[in-house]
Amino acid sequence: MRQPRSTHSTRRTVRSTPAIFTPVILPAMLPVMLIALLAIQQPGRIFANDDSFTQVLAAQQERIRTIETAAKTSVSIFAGSSGGGSGVLISPDGYALTNFHVVQPAGIAMRCGLNDGHIYDAVLVGLDPTGDLAVIKLLGKETFPYAFIADSDTVSVGDTCYTIGNPFLLATDLQPSVSAGIVSGVHRYQFPAGTLLEYADCLQVDAAINPGNSGGGLFNARGDLIGINGRASFEKRGRINVGAGYAISANQVRNFLGILKGGHLADHATLAATVATSADGRVVVSDILESSDTWRKGLRIDDEIIELAGKSVRSVNSFKNILGTLPAGWRIPVVYRREGRPTEIFVELAGVHTPAMLNELMAGRRGKPSAQNKPGEKSKPNPLAPDLKDLPETIQKFYERRFGYTNFFFNRVELERVQQALEQQTLSLENQESTWRYQGRLEAGGSFEIELDDQSAKISLPTGISRWEQAVADAGLAAEAGFDASPPGSGGMLAALTMWRRLLLKGPENIDGRITYWGQQPLYSTTTNQLADVLELTTSNCRARFFVDTFGNVVQVTFFLGSSSTSCDLYFKGLGERGPYWQPTHLTVTYDGGRFATFLFDVES
Amino acid sequence: MATTTLRNTCSRSRSLEFLVAMVVVALTLCSASVRGGDVTSVSVDAASRVTKIYGAGGIRGLESYQTGILVSSSGHIITVLSTAIDSEAIDCVLDDGRRYTATLVGVDLRRELAVLKIDGDDLPHFKLSADSPRQVVGTRVLALSNLFGVAVGDERVSVQHGVIAAQVPLRARRGSHEAAYRGDVYILDCTTNNPGSPGGCLVTWQGLFIGMLGKELRSAQNGTWLSYAMPANELALGLEMILSGQTDQSLADQTQSLDFDLQSLGFILVPDLLDLTPPFVEAVTRDTLAAASGLQTDDLVVAVGNRTVTSQRGLRQELSRLIPGDPIQLSIIRDGNIVFVDLGVIPAIAEPTRER
Repeated sequence: MRQPRSTHSTRRTVRSTPAIFTPVILPAMLPVMLIALLAIQQPGRIFANDDSFTQVLAAQQERIRTIETAAKTSVSIFAGSSGGGSGVLISPDGYALTNFHVVQPAGIAMRCGLNDGHIYDAVLVGLDPTGDLAVIKLLGKETFPYAFIADSDTVSVGDTCYTIGNPFLLATDLQPSVSAGIVSGVHRYQFPAGTLLEYADCLQVDAAINPGNSGGGLFNARGDLIGINGRASFEKRGRINVGAGYAISANQVRNFLGILKGGHLADHATLAATVATSADGRVVVSDILESSDTWRKGLRIDDEIIELAGKSVRSVNSFKNILGTLPAGWRIPVVYRREGRPTEIFVELAGVHTPAMLNELMAGRRGKPSAQNKPGEKSKPNPLAPDLKDLPETIQKFYERRFGYTNFFFNRVELERVQQALEQQTLSLENQESTWRYQGRLEAGGSFEIELDDQSAKISLPTGISRWEQAVADAGLAAEAGFDASPPGSGGMLAALTMWRRLLLKGPENIDGRITYWGQQPLYSTTTNQLADVLELTTSNCRARFFVDTFGNVVQVTFFLGSSSTSCDLYFKGLGERGPYWQPTHLTVTYDGGRFATFLFDVES
Repeated sequence: MATTTLRNTCSRSRSLEFLVAMVVVALTLCSASVRGGDVTSVSVDAASRVTKIYGAGGIRGLESYQTGILVSSSGHIITVLSTAIDSEAIDCVLDDGRRYTATLVGVDLRRELAVLKIDGDDLPHFKLSADSPRQVVGTRVLALSNLFGVAVGDERVSVQHGVIAAQVPLRARRGSHEAAYRGDVYILDCTTNNPGSPGGCLVTWQGLFIGMLGKELRSAQNGTWLSYAMPANELALGLEMILSGQTDQSLADQTQSLDFDLQSLGFILVPDLLDLTPPFVEAVTRDTLAAASGLQTDDLVVAVGNRTVTSQRGLRQELSRLIPGDPIQLSIIRDGNIVFVDLGVIPAIAEPTRER
C-alpha cells in the first residue's frame, strides 16, 4: 500500500537530488534524468516489476517512520556553561538514559528539551561512573514518548542503525540531529580511563557520533534502542567523527537499570581474579585474591575459565567484555576446567571500587589533578551532592542526599513500587499472628516439620530438632553457640525463613530493620535472563536480600548472618497461598554454595 | 536511496542492465533496511578474507598496525607498504583468531604495495584479476579494516559504508613527500584514512572485491585527508609483478639498489648488522657528489630533509621516498655538532622503480 502523502515526499527527494548534480555531470545524467522523470510520472512503465519500486518506497517510508518515532524519544540536555549532551527516554513516566560524563558537570538538576518543542525540568536519578551511564527523570508531563530497549546481542555487523541526539549542541530548536549508518563491529572493548568510562562489549557504528551525541540513543531499523552513544575514535583531525563511534550496549544498560533507577551509585564487578592467555590459547587464572568469594568457591591459579555468566570465554578480551557489563554484587555462574574436569560455581561479584572511592569519582575529584583544589583555595561544591537549598524548587522534592547513593529519593520510589507488587500477593492473608506450619519429606529421604512464628522458628529433621529465637539472637550469644545458624550446616535457614515470613506479613514498611531497594539481579535458579527486583534488609543480627519476581512473589532469599560474607540461600518453587499462609512445593537451601537440603512440601489442595 | 540508485546506474546506457540493477538494488535495500541482510553476510564473508597486521612502529604518526587482504589460499597477503611491515616480526591475525607470523615476499615501490606470506592452506581469499572492471561513481561500497586497532583476537575488522564519490588520479602526500603512485584511485565519501585502515578491503554491497584502502595521505592540492582506495586491477598488476620477480624490488634488492645508489652518490655506510644500525658513514669516494658536499667518514646521518632518521633502515626508507630531481639534504652529527650537507638533486639512477 502506498500512502499518498508519503509518495509525494519521496518524489520530492528523487527530483531534488539530480538537480544538485546537474551542473557537474549534465551530459552523462541526461538519459538517466529522463528515465528518472518517467519513473516518477509512471513507475509502472519503467520498472520491470512494480513491486520493486513499491518496495523501495516502502523501505523509505519505514525509515521515515522509524526516525519520526525515535526522534520523539530523544532528549537534548543543556547544562549552561557546563555544556550538555543527549539522552533518550525509556519509560512513559519520564525516565531517560544518558552518559555519566554528560551529567557529571551538569549536576542534579538539568533542563531537557524534547522535539515536541518543550523544555522540561529533569532530576538525576542514578549514576554508573565506571560504565559511563546515568538515569535521569524528566518532570512535568503524565506520559512521555519512550523507546523500547532491544536485545543488543541480536545486533549484527551490517545492520542499519541511527544515532539521534544533540551533536555540537546544535539542537537549540530542540529538534535532534539524525545520522544513519551501519553497525561496524559488535562485542568491542574500549579501555577505561583509569577505572572509569570503560566500554565493554560495546557496539561500534559508522553513523556519526560527535561531541554532544553523548548519552543519546542508538536505534536499530525498527526504531528500538540498541545502545547509548558515548564515545568515538578521534585522531589527527580533532574531535570530529571519523567513522568509528561506540555505544554502550542495551544489554549492559538493562543489567544496571534497576540499580540506577533505585538512585544508587552503581559499581562494576570484578571476579577478584586476573586472567591471561596461556601458550596454547586458553584463558587461565593468573592471579586471585584469597579473601574473595571466587577463591572461597574454589577457583585457583591456572584454572581455565570456560564460561562466565552463561557466556563462553574465548579470549582475555571476551572475559573483560562479559565482566565489564556486570554490576558489583551480582551472583553469576562461572564454569572452570581443572585437569580436564569442568566445574560450575556461583560467585558473588565484588566491586571494582569502595563506596568512598566511588563517591570521589562521582565528584570528579579522584585521579584528576586539575580538579584538585590548590592549597588555600576553598573547596568547590560538588554539583552531584548539592545542598537542598541550592536546587531549584521544582527539583527539591525529588532529591534526597545520602552517602553511597546518587539520589536516595528514588530508592524510596522503587521500594514503594516493589511493596505494591508484594501487597498484591499478601493482602488476602489472614491469621497473621498464627504459626505457619509445614510438613513434608526431604529429597534425600526422611520427613520434616517446620514451624514459623514472628519471633521464633523450629524445624524437625531426621537428625534432630533445631530452634531459632529472636531474643537469643539479640542477646549476642547466639553466634558463638552456633545457634544463629540453625539448623546446623544450613547457615541460618530458620532465621532466613523468619525474615521471609516477616516480609510477607508486615511488608517492607513495617518490617524490623532498615530496608532498601537493591536493584535488579538475575534469578540464577532459572535458566532465563529474567531479572528480579531485590530488596535488602539490614538488622542488628543479619542481612537479607529478597528476590521479588514480576508477579510479586518472593522467590529467593539470600541471608547473611552478622557480617558474614557466606550466605544461606533459599530457593522457592511452586509458591502459592495455600490455606492460611504462603507455601512452596519445593524449597532448596544452600549454604556457601553447597546444597544443604531440598524440602518437598505436603501440599493440601 | 532512490537517488543513489539513479546515480549509480547513470553511466549504464543499456536499459536492460539498468532494470536488472534496479531490481537487485531495490531488493537489497529493502532487506537491508530491516536487518543487515546482505550487508551483514557480505561483511562477514569479506572479513574472513582480511587480516589484521601488527608490526613495527607505534611512535607518533607511525602506526604499528594495519590491514591486509588475503589473495591466495596458500596465504599471500597484499597490503600497503609502510613502516608497520618494516619489521622482523609481522603478525597476522585472521577473523577466527588464528595468528600467523608473516614473511615479506616483496614490494612494489611505485604502487607502494607489499606482499606478505603466511603458511596456510585453504584460506579464504579474494582472487585478484588484472581485468577487474572499474566501478562507476555512485557504487555503494563497504570498507573493512583494522581501523584504530579496535578489533583484537577473533574479533572481525570494522565495516564502514560509503559510496564511490570520484575516480581520479592520486595526487597525494604525507608530510613533504609525495606519494609515488599517481594512477587512478577511488575517492570514498566515508572516512577511511584512519590509523590501521591502510590495506583494508573495499567491496560492493554485493560482495565484489574492488579495491584496497590506501595510506593516510593528504591531497597534494588542498591538504585535506584523502579517503581513497586503489582499484583491484592495479593491485593485481602489482601482485603479479612482485610474485613473478619481474621487478628488482624485493627488500634485499631494495637494499642492494640503495647501496648502489649511495655508492653512486659517493658514500657507503657501516655494515648494517642490527635492526637499528646507526647510519654512520664508512667511506666517501673521491670526486663524487658526496665528496663535493663535504661528507666525511664517521659522519652520522640524523635527518634527510626535515625527516629524522635513527637507523640505516630509516635512512633507506626516507631516501626511497625521493624521486629524481628531489634535493638531497642531509643533517649529520660530526664531533658533536650538527652539520648540514647538500648533495644536490637525486640523479636518475636513484629512481626507485621502473615500469615493467
